[in-house]
Amino acid sequence: MTNVKYLILRRMTQLTLLFFYFAANAYGWHVLSGTLSSSSIMGTIPLSDPFAVLQMLAAGSILTFDVILGAMIIALFYGIIGGRAFCSWVCPVNMVTDAANWLRRKLYIDKIEKKIGMSRNIRYYMIVLALIVSFVSGLAAFEIISPITILNRGVIFGFGAGAGLLVAIFLFDLFVLKNGWCGHICPLGGVHSIIGKYSLIRVTHDSDNCTLCMKCKEVCPETQVLNMVGKRSDVVSMAACTNCGRCVDVCDDEALRFHIRNYLK
Amino acid sequence: MSNIKKPQISERRKFFTSMTHNAGLGLMGGLVWAGYADKAKGSPLTLRPPAALDEEDFLRACIKCGLCAEACVNRSSNIDKETGKPRPSTLKMAKAKDDVTIGTPFFTPLDVPCYMCDDIPCVPVCPTGALDLASVTNKNGDLDFKMMDMGIAVVEPNACIAFWGIQCDACYRACPLLDEAIKLEYGRNERTGKHAFLKPVIEMDVCTGCGLCEQACVTEKPAIFIQPREIALGYPGDHYVKGWDQKDQERIVNRSAKEVTTETKRSDQEASDYLNEGVDFD
Repeated sequence: MTNVKYLILRRMTQLTLLFFYFAANAYGWHVLSGTLSSSSIMGTIPLSDPFAVLQMLAAGSILTFDVILGAMIIALFYGIIGGRAFCSWVCPVNMVTDAANWLRRKLYIDKIEKKIGMSRNIRYYMIVLALIVSFVSGLAAFEIISPITILNRGVIFGFGAGAGLLVAIFLFDLFVLKNGWCGHICPLGGVHSIIGKYSLIRVTHDSDNCTLCMKCKEVCPETQVLNMVGKRSDVVSMAACTNCGRCVDVCDDEALRFHIRNYLK
Repeated sequence: MSNIKKPQISERRKFFTSMTHNAGLGLMGGLVWAGYADKAKGSPLTLRPPAALDEEDFLRACIKCGLCAEACVNRSSNIDKETGKPRPSTLKMAKAKDDVTIGTPFFTPLDVPCYMCDDIPCVPVCPTGALDLASVTNKNGDLDFKMMDMGIAVVEPNACIAFWGIQCDACYRACPLLDEAIKLEYGRNERTGKHAFLKPVIEMDVCTGCGLCEQACVTEKPAIFIQPREIALGYPGDHYVKGWDQKDQERIVNRSAKEVTTETKRSDQEASDYLNEGVDFD
């Protein structure tokens, strides 16, 4: 049986955070209140989505100290420690797209599908586009279509018609493009890629142990980051790696593991 | 097939073509997106939480965190001790079909009005200033619920039974600012000759738009209802001034148009040039 340690840890983190958000509204808890756009820990420490704050700035809003501090806390945490871990450890849409990906493997869709070429850099163009549209429309542009906050708010305040967007993303990832949303389009993923590029926690590959089974590449949502597998021992240093640890889980040969990058060497 | 060569293009041409390609795609996406954003701004009839900025600035600033809705005393997690049931929420976070920008807080007075708490818990929690604490803070630095401004009550006299002469003061009694925001105007009922009219009249400077009157109204569809001030109120312009009102006269100093001139074809002429010839209005 495959190891699922990090998978279960991730699901537990995602669901626990969602539960705290839900409980803040449903039971009046103060552990973590708000939404993923902006929250507050114990009613004191502010946390804000740096991308949402950037869009607000582009839309022409005057930023308050609270949101700037909140965005800085988030950016520093992922920038120094977590990398792009938001995408795989926090974001609830990850569960939707992972489900699509799982079903895709079960249905052998990869085997019959004509490959669609789509650049993984679309997410970076989406960031620029979101900021331009925010500037033009005076409305944080990604925040009005973001399936992340739609799902997040749905859990907290109840779902509306926006849930259709989540189904659409599930179907898109299942039938149109493998890892289509999280791996190609989502600008928030792009922002977290940029923020987390130099983070300390990284997966590292030991090619001496590698038996070239390629299980890691099969499960990896950002396959390109594992370009060194079987070729050389190296740190998975590309920005797109979400630190999800699936590759560490499936590797039977201890060729992949988490480590803390040492910049002093 | 293999010996049919694709037409080769130079690196330079390739660069320009892919630039055009990307720019075109970006423009297409941007136009669709901006078009949607325009629609996503929702109805101008939306009623926002207390102390909200003007709708345009509010939409720029609101980060959609929902902390105001969670702080509202009238929320589902705050169990009513008398009935033991959850309270229905005043502030709702807009969903895709609400005709309100998705994820932003709003309220519908007819369902659940705002009860105007003394401590206004929804406002200080706002992290972005979309709910502006200063606008509900009085000179002494205290929060003052009388300074809230969510909208204004409008009376529709044709549907209001008090205007028919039937005695009803439901809205007047429901108003948290009793006899301040809604006043009763007494009048003689000429039809019966022996009854009085007690007509509700809104004091526009006092009414906060909480909506308790709308909810209390006894008519099938409320004859008193809340509208955003920008929608409900007219503006006579700076050139109409109440000469009997000292304060209103100060507006003359602040008026925006310093000089009003109307230029027409006749402006260049003297009155004597055309008065005796008749005027051709074409």
